[in-house]
Amino acid sequence: MKNPLDSLWGTVISGLILTVVLYYVAINFLK
Amino acid sequence: MELHLPAIFRWIHFMAGVMWIGLLYYFNFVQVAALKDAMADGTNAGITKHVAPRALFFFRWAALVTWLAGAALLGARFVPAFTLQSGNALIGIGAWLGTIMLLNVWGLIWPNQKKILGMKPASDEEKVTARRVAFLASRTNTMLSIPMLFFMAIGGVHVF
Repeated sequence: MKNPLDSLWGTVISGLILTVVLYYVAINFLK
Repeated sequence: MELHLPAIFRWIHFMAGVMWIGLLYYFNFVQVAALKDAMADGTNAGITKHVAPRALFFFRWAALVTWLAGAALLGARFVPAFTLQSGNALIGIGAWLGTIMLLNVWGLIWPNQKKILGMKPASDEEKVTARRVAFLASRTNTMLSIPMLFFMAIGGVHVF
């Protein structure tokens, strides 16, 4: 499997996905 | 007129942060691709000799100043934020992401860039490894900057 960080778009999309995941964790488990 | 210390810390945090993340985006969005093209036509020395060392200087020190000003800005909320306590969880996630990014800069990017740019002796094989490690650490920071900025943005206004 190709490393998404090798491409600029892969890096940006990974960052956006991580943002959603962390926000979900924050609002559901860290309130 | 009274000038509050937190406002000064926030101002410094913003200025240094703009320089840090601005240079991070310059490296990732501009220099990586430019260097690839420059190596193909033999003009890469201009970047590696004159641009990259200067950019890295401001990059790594801006990272440290950003973190220190952020820590000062947190003040009494420093421990509650880093332990993700109620009311400080969002800014705490941002603070943790920024801290990981700072450690990446000083622990991975800068030591490996010194080898790549010839500031520290390294064999060709070590340079190949250093190039890959520095690249991935830089890309990781670019990825982490996206949620980091999100949590910095909402951490100051949404308290939970």
